[in-house]
Amino acid sequence: MENNNVIKVAGLTKMFGDFTAVNAITFDVKKGEIFGFLGANGAGKTTAMKMLIGISTPTSGKATVAGFDVNTQPEQIKKTIGYMSQKFALYDDLTVRENITFFGGIYGLSREKIKSKAAILIDELGLENVANKLVGSLPLGWKQKLSFSVSLIHDPKIVFLDEPTGGVDPITRRQFWELIYKASHQGTTVFVTTHYMDEAEYCDRVSIMVNGKIEALDTPKKLKERFKVDNMNDVFLKLARG
Amino acid sequence: MSIIVSNISKSYKKVKALQNISFNVKSDEIFGLIGPDGAGKTTLFRILTTLLIANKGAASIAGFDVITDYKSIRKNVGYMPGKFSLYQDLTVQENLQFFATIFGTTLEENYDLIKDIYIQIEPFKNRRAGKLSGGMKQKLALCCALIHKPKVLFLDEPTTGVDPVSRKEFWEMLKRLQGKNITILVSTPYMDEAALCDRIALIQDGQILEIATPEAIVKKYSKAIYNLSANNMFELINSLKEYKHNHSVYPFGEFVHYTDCRPDFNPTELKVFLESKNLTNIIIERTTATIEDTFMELSK
Repeated sequence: MENNNVIKVAGLTKMFGDFTAVNAITFDVKKGEIFGFLGANGAGKTTAMKMLIGISTPTSGKATVAGFDVNTQPEQIKKTIGYMSQKFALYDDLTVRENITFFGGIYGLSREKIKSKAAILIDELGLENVANKLVGSLPLGWKQKLSFSVSLIHDPKIVFLDEPTGGVDPITRRQFWELIYKASHQGTTVFVTTHYMDEAEYCDRVSIMVNGKIEALDTPKKLKERFKVDNMNDVFLKLARG
Repeated sequence: MSIIVSNISKSYKKVKALQNISFNVKSDEIFGLIGPDGAGKTTLFRILTTLLIANKGAASIAGFDVITDYKSIRKNVGYMPGKFSLYQDLTVQENLQFFATIFGTTLEENYDLIKDIYIQIEPFKNRRAGKLSGGMKQKLALCCALIHKPKVLFLDEPTTGVDPVSRKEFWEMLKRLQGKNITILVSTPYMDEAALCDRIALIQDGQILEIATPEAIVKKYSKAIYNLSANNMFELINSLKEYKHNHSVYPFGEFVHYTDCRPDFNPTELKVFLESKNLTNIIIERTTATIEDTFMELSK
């Protein structure tokens, strides 16, 4: 089972001066798992994720992501993972097809590969009629689905989703989760940071960070049982309010 | 009636942002506009706060017409826009003083109204607004919107992007404001917040799908909903979508919410079908509809 863990984190710590933003966190994430990484504003989840995606160096501790060390191989990590955020996703002033081509190029895919990927992706998402339209003109829900698919364009082992589905209607949000289930089914690990507790309900396992530490880590079902509540929002409130 | 909206329509070029919107809000009521991004919530808020003029229809706030009495409305309403709109480079206290002065009042005059909220940000009163955390900004914005003791309070997505702890605190504050002669119109994309309102309107694509109390909206859902789970979520969803009798199949946290077309639906039959798709650990049990289920059924 050991080799099945695509993210391994041991005692990972980040300090800014005297302030400990991430305090010796330890956890593993399995291949194909949908892992929810939760915490209130300021709990340290963004800082922790920045270390895992190779854009921030830990103060101490170890972590490997897709087999690469966050301390010594951050560039390999960046090439190997996918990343999607609500804030930064696609270029609004490029068309759907141009965005796919651009990101395919960034990840070093061949022209042929990009062409075939674009065709598959446009077909799967049903975007044939808008393939040559500017992304800025698409509804938010379509953008989110496209953005997620583009983050998978180089077949990463792990995709990091940073608060991915805020604001869209309930049906579109479920279509988005169906895409996530599909990626997970195909063996891609999905690491979701969020403070939307309804997103947490969809994860296989979730961790909850409070003041830089992981205070709970389990399946949503077991967490709800442990705290004797019927939704993740109440689990979160119990932990964060102490 | 504190807010009367009748047949309001608004278009931007080709986009019909609002189509024939009508509803009333009673005095002291917390009325929720529940809908996703792009539903038209902000356009409606801007029309009701006299910042935008509708193409068609009429509306009045606290007895004042949004067109002819717009100046009176501006004196009598508080508006907290979705985007943080206070002065980032003024301190907490300076922002409050600024808004108090604009409305010809002082922080002291209506202090009882904002006291509960203000004491939470008071320790940071000399900090610039731009340097506050999300939850603190939201509390300051609410104080500024209340400083002139408005008759009607408009809150446009006050809890978007705010963590669950701050979200809960914010709703507790709204509940305390109720009963102080303030009518509250609040919008949110979070379906779970709908239950905290006295009445809600579900809105999508510029149209109101339903208006009722949260309890009544859930009761209107007529189909039997089942919670399903199995060993593989992806295969489960695909199999259910293949099942020819399905009416709706929606992932719902650790379960899938399933409804069947037939009135005499037999769960055992479905279980046999799912087993034939090599699914194991199949659980099928009745559950109750949520506001989200109702919303999806109405917008289908």
